[in-house]
Amino acid sequence: MAGGGVQKGRGPVSETYAPVRYPLLVPAWAVLLVFVAAPVAMMLVYSFLTKEFRGGVIWEFSLAAYDQFFFDRGLFGDEPPRIEWTYITIFWRSIWQAGLATLLSLLIGFPTAYFIATRPKDTRAIWVFLITIPYWVNLLIRTVSMRFLLREQGPLNDTLLALGVLDEPLRLINTNLAVQLGLFYSYLPFMVLPIYAAVERYNFTYSEAAADLYATKWATLRRVVLPAVKPGVIAGCILVFVPSLGAFLAPDLLGGAKNFMIGSLIEEQFKGNAGNWPFGAAASMILLTLVLIALLVATSLQRRAEGPR
Amino acid sequence: MSQVAEIAVDVQNAVKRYGDFTALKSISLGVYHNEFFTLLGPSGCGKTTLLRMIAGFEDVTEGAIFLFGTEIDALPPNKRPVNTVFQNYALFPHMTVLENASFGLEMLGKSRAEAKARAGEMLELVQLSQFASRKPAQLSGGQQQRVALARALAPSPKVLLLDEPLSALDLKLRKAMQIELKHIQRETGITFIFVTHDQEEALTMSDRIAVMSAGELQQLGAPREIYEHPQNRFVADFIGETNLIEVTISEVADGRAKCRIGGGHVIECDAPGQASGSACLSVRPERMVLSAGNASGIAVPARVVENIFVGTDIATWLKVDGGPEISVRISNSARSTIFEPGANVFVNFEAGAARLLMD
Ligand SMILES: Nc1ncnc2c1ncn2[C@@H]1O[C@H](COP(=O)(O)OP(=O)(O)OP(=O)(O)O)[C@@H](O)[C@H]1O
Ligand SMILES: [Mg+2]
Repeated sequence: MAGGGVQKGRGPVSETYAPVRYPLLVPAWAVLLVFVAAPVAMMLVYSFLTKEFRGGVIWEFSLAAYDQFFFDRGLFGDEPPRIEWTYITIFWRSIWQAGLATLLSLLIGFPTAYFIATRPKDTRAIWVFLITIPYWVNLLIRTVSMRFLLREQGPLNDTLLALGVLDEPLRLINTNLAVQLGLFYSYLPFMVLPIYAAVERYNFTYSEAAADLYATKWATLRRVVLPAVKPGVIAGCILVFVPSLGAFLAPDLLGGAKNFMIGSLIEEQFKGNAGNWPFGAAASMILLTLVLIALLVATSLQRRAEGPR
Repeated sequence: MSQVAEIAVDVQNAVKRYGDFTALKSISLGVYHNEFFTLLGPSGCGKTTLLRMIAGFEDVTEGAIFLFGTEIDALPPNKRPVNTVFQNYALFPHMTVLENASFGLEMLGKSRAEAKARAGEMLELVQLSQFASRKPAQLSGGQQQRVALARALAPSPKVLLLDEPLSALDLKLRKAMQIELKHIQRETGITFIFVTHDQEEALTMSDRIAVMSAGELQQLGAPREIYEHPQNRFVADFIGETNLIEVTISEVADGRAKCRIGGGHVIECDAPGQASGSACLSVRPERMVLSAGNASGIAVPARVVENIFVGTDIATWLKVDGGPEISVRISNSARSTIFEPGANVFVNFEAGAARLLMD
């Protein structure tokens, strides 16, 4: 039972005690400029240029990329514009897939994180280490192994058939479920670690107080534990959702052509001769906008979770 | 009391072991219904452990605990009609004061409106109505303490457990809260089991006190009884101030013992059953007076060492000839005579003021 007699609030650090020394901020600003602002600006500019047929761009302003994304003007571009559903569908599917993968990660990740955080102090580090071990292996290789695992004659189906659980092998490969499993597997630690950190900081006297006030285990989790660790949960969801949305390895290797996602669409625009750089850049900008909206929603939820300050 | 009072909490031979460390060594005690019962003892004696066993947070290694005649060992905390005021309050930080106070009732299945109404009454009882919509972090320590009390009282528990609820408050607020708590206990008629390591707090608030030390029950009784008739050296020393004088018992007859103080002076006083050999005499400083001449009753010759001013009283330290140092409390009034250091005086007290303690 830790904690002082008074409930502590995390107040903002007063300006007086955190003097900003501008020269010290130069490296940070430089990194942000070179690795964040410059690439985004480049992408933004490219998305408004004209495509060169062999890849690359012609420096001439054009809205063609965005037009192509949202409107269908017929094969020769002379028909009245209709909404182009192809890319919107891909985006929509990506959001769904990423959302389901995030949900799956949350459902598995939360109990895992809670379990680790409630182990004796000296064994927690070992559990965290165990969780991260698979992630020392390259993502591509892990995704390929996943494909191998889920194959019709793969170990999973073989085992289930041998045990008599199944009569026929499950068709997992090239389905949405396979993509979700792949994304889930790719990003699980990003869910587990922030939640673990939040639960570890949680003061379990609150759970005792809830039990003392007749709350069942479930009610305690829902009414007391979850609100307290909500910032960790939201951080975990962002960290899984955002990279899932733009992922292309899992959809490519596990989903097949039918289950195309944004990541693959963008990747294709910059690969080989068939690409369309302005279109790829425009798709990226649209993705970026969606991610920013998601982040804004998440932070406003988080702020509400932390209450008035 | 004409009829036999009902026992609310009955602890029978309760033992608590953590690994090979024994925190409680076979404690047995009964707490009456409507009683303000205090567990008193120094830090680490097992008060919190016993309270947590009653609340259900710790299981009982051996023995049993009964609540109004029903064994509760197998019940989880949320099934026991017992509420706790935690030492650090443990108010839910994301809920408002009102939400905190109504939590228990909601968990009992009361409608939100009913729970809020009752919680509102409880906040009124602790005079915090105007803070109902604040978060705990926006309250002072004393206000948080009262929220914790309102939250624990709202579901009308049969027994309220309080673990050093006042220890984080400053002296003045503490005194005010002591009176308030006692008042609330009388008003609600709920059995209070109150933990403290402050003997003065225990004496002023309790109907009965259980004095504990090192996992053992030392004495159980009303404040006055414990103060005036301590059963052993630990209780005499822990409760209030006392002079513990080593004596040798030379003779026991008719329930009276002749005790010799180091220097040779012999005192006669009431003897407990098995008095013999060396023992210890406890005399409260305020039960002794000083005189220049040999007065009636017991008179021990001594020399004044020092006078210490303590506000309402003056504590005079004396050295008994060939014996221990003792302190005597003299009321700080015009009528009292103060002897200067070095003066030879007699320390007078009645035989009834001395308690002979065997251990
Ligand atoms: N979980 C535990 N594991 C091992 N020993 C424990 C545990 N909890 C308590 N103890 C030991 O049991 C003894 C009694 O502890 P307890 O907390 O009941 O003391 P207390 O009387 O409440 O003291 P305080 O006045 O300081 O709160 C202590 O010696 C403590 O070290
Ligand atoms: Mg304690």
